[in-house]
Amino acid sequence: MMIKVQIDGTYYEVTPGKNLLETCLTLGIYVPHFCFHPAMGSVGACRLCAVKKYKNADDKKGRIVMSCMEPVSDGLIVSVKDQEATAFRAAVIEGLMINHPHDCPVCDEGGECHLQDMTVMTGHNYRRFEFKKRTYNNQDLGPFINHEMNRCIQCYRCVRFYNDYAGGSDFAVLGSHDHVYFGRHQDGILENEFSGNLVEVCPTGVFTDKTLKAHYTRKWDLTNAPSLCIHCGVGCNTIAGERYGGLRRIMNRYNGAVNGYFLCDRGRFGYEFVNDDNRIRKAQIRITKDKNLEETPPEKLTTALSDAFFGTKRWIGIGSPRASLEANFALSCLVGKDNFFHGISRKDHLLVKTAIAILMNGTARSPSLKEIEKADVVLILGEDITQTAPMTALAVRQAARNKGIDSTVKSGIAEWNDYARREKSQDLKSPIFIASSFGTRLDDIAEKTYRASPMDIARLGFAVAAMLNKNAPQVKGLNEAQKELAKEITGVLKDAKIPVIITGIHSGSPDMLHAAANIAEALKLNGQHPLLSFLLPECNSMGLGMMDGKSLDDAIKLTDGGESAGLIILENDLYRRADKAFIDSLLEKCNPVIVLDHLVNETTLKADILLPVGTFAESEGTLVNNEGRAQRFYRVLPPDGSAMESWCQIRDLMRLSVNHEEVLWEKFDDVANAMTDQIPAFSKIKGYFPDADFRILNEKIKRQTIRFSGRTAISANIDVSEPKPPDDPGSPLAFSMEGSDEVPPSSLVAYYWVPGWNSYQAMNFYLDEPNGSLKGGDPGIRLIEASAANHLLFFNPVALSFRSRSGEWLVVPAYRIFGSEELSSKSRAVAARIEIPFILMNYGEAEELGGKDNDMVRLTLADKIIEVKLKIDNSIPAGILGLSTGLPGMPYLELPGMGKLTVLKS
Amino acid sequence: MFSILRSLWYTFLHAFHKRETILYPEEKPYLPPRYRGRIILSRDPDGIERCVACYLCAAACPVDCISLQAIEGENGRRYPAFFRINFSRCIFCGYCEEACPTYAIQLTPDFEMGEYNRQNLVYEKEHLLISGEGKYHGYDFYKVAGIDAGVKEKGEGANEQPPVDVKSLMP
Repeated sequence: MMIKVQIDGTYYEVTPGKNLLETCLTLGIYVPHFCFHPAMGSVGACRLCAVKKYKNADDKKGRIVMSCMEPVSDGLIVSVKDQEATAFRAAVIEGLMINHPHDCPVCDEGGECHLQDMTVMTGHNYRRFEFKKRTYNNQDLGPFINHEMNRCIQCYRCVRFYNDYAGGSDFAVLGSHDHVYFGRHQDGILENEFSGNLVEVCPTGVFTDKTLKAHYTRKWDLTNAPSLCIHCGVGCNTIAGERYGGLRRIMNRYNGAVNGYFLCDRGRFGYEFVNDDNRIRKAQIRITKDKNLEETPPEKLTTALSDAFFGTKRWIGIGSPRASLEANFALSCLVGKDNFFHGISRKDHLLVKTAIAILMNGTARSPSLKEIEKADVVLILGEDITQTAPMTALAVRQAARNKGIDSTVKSGIAEWNDYARREKSQDLKSPIFIASSFGTRLDDIAEKTYRASPMDIARLGFAVAAMLNKNAPQVKGLNEAQKELAKEITGVLKDAKIPVIITGIHSGSPDMLHAAANIAEALKLNGQHPLLSFLLPECNSMGLGMMDGKSLDDAIKLTDGGESAGLIILENDLYRRADKAFIDSLLEKCNPVIVLDHLVNETTLKADILLPVGTFAESEGTLVNNEGRAQRFYRVLPPDGSAMESWCQIRDLMRLSVNHEEVLWEKFDDVANAMTDQIPAFSKIKGYFPDADFRILNEKIKRQTIRFSGRTAISANIDVSEPKPPDDPGSPLAFSMEGSDEVPPSSLVAYYWVPGWNSYQAMNFYLDEPNGSLKGGDPGIRLIEASAANHLLFFNPVALSFRSRSGEWLVVPAYRIFGSEELSSKSRAVAARIEIPFILMNYGEAEELGGKDNDMVRLTLADKIIEVKLKIDNSIPAGILGLSTGLPGMPYLELPGMGKLTVLKS
Repeated sequence: MFSILRSLWYTFLHAFHKRETILYPEEKPYLPPRYRGRIILSRDPDGIERCVACYLCAAACPVDCISLQAIEGENGRRYPAFFRINFSRCIFCGYCEEACPTYAIQLTPDFEMGEYNRQNLVYEKEHLLISGEGKYHGYDFYKVAGIDAGVKEKGEGANEQPPVDVKSLMP
């Protein structure tokens, strides 16, 4: 149903239930505003979005209302251009500018500042206020965010985001009257995992990106490309910006179905590894086994590679969950399907395959983050999702508000009316159940938490499934508390409209996946539509899992036969995947070992031939996220000859090898199309993404803004004659400021800019409505769909309960948002936040052993001995230890496992 | 006939006028200070680089011949790590000077920049930076800006109140 409103004499058909400001932005009418944020609703604090409202057609006088607080109703007559309203808005800006410092030239927000845009838009250009400006002292907020409080205009967006939206507790508005201060109670690191969004949420330069500050560039000077975050399996969309050959920053790229307006700090600040000094820039060869790798000129490299391919009959290819689909596909073509391995341990491989099989079966839909936000019941089984898939945690936090929103809407208050909604709903929260081995960052919104071993958590899941459906396998031997909890969860799930079950493979337990699948199936048999989200660890874990291929453990079997084989490793540090001795023997048995990677790591040091490849910023490729959504990223760094895309490198290897003399792949599209033709699981990708021939009015899509500066001076120190802009024949984007001014298709938006809106807020005009979808649909195509007809056989048997043994503990993995992921931990800002390897232990047990917080302890696990720091954590039950996983300096350990612990006396 | 004679007469009179032509280069012409010639980077009254690397000159440049990179000193003062002008492209329009918020970039009355080799027309910061304030005396951007970059502390600027005491409840 549409309603009719009249704005400045023109009639528009609009959707009811929205506020007037949202409606105007949807219609493309410029209404200045500050405090309204589409994801956070309106509070009417800044008074900038004033418009005039008329009672009826006869009313000539009208009255000024705040458009963000005005619901659209049928027959509404308003004027945005009205003289009085315009003067009112100019006065508001003049008031806000009274204390705004003269900082624009040295302010990082300058050029993409919402306040600058609004000041220009309202016409305030001359300062009349003659008195002194208010000043504030700043705080040091850690390695991510720079604080410059003088610039604040008191719109309250930061505190609404940080506390109300992201659940932070160490940030607040302090002080009173015109002395309010937005910051922490004292200097210190902002604890919340989403603090980086303050950079985009703040309409001025109070919060700016500290990593960008170290190599500052204005927005208009960046060469941008639509990219993807590669630091977890969620697949958030990003805009990557380049200048002078280095990656300068990551900004959020709106995708209504995935990340919406926000990114986590790992995704935003984890990019600096691209500019690292440890990048592999030139091909290196080890001439004899006892020598070091040496850089080689191209001719020698070709000879060496030809010799290698001539002398070796059999090749083993090891792919990677952090490489694109196309790179993995190219490798599997080079070595042959039977010799292609996924590059993850047998255990992880089994877990990924199980998760994909359950989703492929079609029982339950894998939800997008948007769908998780709409859930009314969430059950999290055995995952600390803030650490493993941060943006999913942010979505769950929003889901917790839904019960409150429902009650608000029932009492006639609109959903967008943020302050009223908050007052009405108070502590009313949708039920979120969190079962994990130790405390998580979402516990504050949980209805109930359950702390137990992964086996017992799985048993809880099985018990819930059994209570929902009699045919599901029954769980014996539950204690009263467990029965009670299972009954409570069952009761809530039964009546849920949108139940979401989130689990993942991080706990290392296939039972967890089985339990979640059983619950989903039981709900489905109940006539409900459950959503089932599996969190996989890496950016392309899902995509790689959908390809044929065996695990790393199977690769070594091939070499056991005594037949010599060559090894090609694609963007994978094998020492993070399996036991050191195991990888050592694999690398020893294979000759030669060719490694393709971009950063030096333990595996690249063992290579016989090391080939440099591009990072995500230097490549084009497709990734499949947890949801099963295939998304594409494009190169942002111009090719400088050093880092070739992985698939190009492999294609060149194919041309050298005897069996593949006629590889015709010239462009990225050629390999992408070959892949979609040969692998049925990816057939939907074909034709979805615009190919390299895509043009708007005969022009490619520009990566640079119209104001891009310095073209005739950038390389003038090398040669005064300007070079031709770099060619990019493989993609529909151009390394140029010349191109069509039309809005490109949603998957190719390289930056947001609308006349008058230089700030990030310009993005609202790329959407069909604020907080909605991008015009032309949210980018990405879902490869896995559920169907109502599909059912699953209940998984059986039920996991066995964990029994603690004296003197031994069950060691479960504890992931950390900063440090557990390989590439981001090599970025400077993220590295500053990485903890020292630790083990979590209950206070009682630690005391028994005589251990205190921060003591060093020795952990014996299978045949490994490691020394880590003891961290007392009372949320972890007796008999269980949580060991930090993936942090730099930690060896690979197969978890969960039984271990022994001794406290080292210092 | 008359007009021809009159023209001859006037032409003859010019023989006794003051000469406009000068013997350049032995004798230099007078050029007003606002003449738009060779571009320089000036220093503030304390003798520190005025440029704060805000990129506005580069953005204003119609031929895109200015390129620089901002970097920050220990006290948070921003300055250009490199600053390059390609004078073989420069059209001396003066937009950079107009855009400059700190009076750092200035055009001077020097036009003698001829080079046999075009590459020599690429000026780096060391070629551009002079040791004085140029045309505009006494201006120091950091004295009037809000940030503390080692020039003045918060609240000590000419037009600033002392920093707010957040814990005070006084009106």
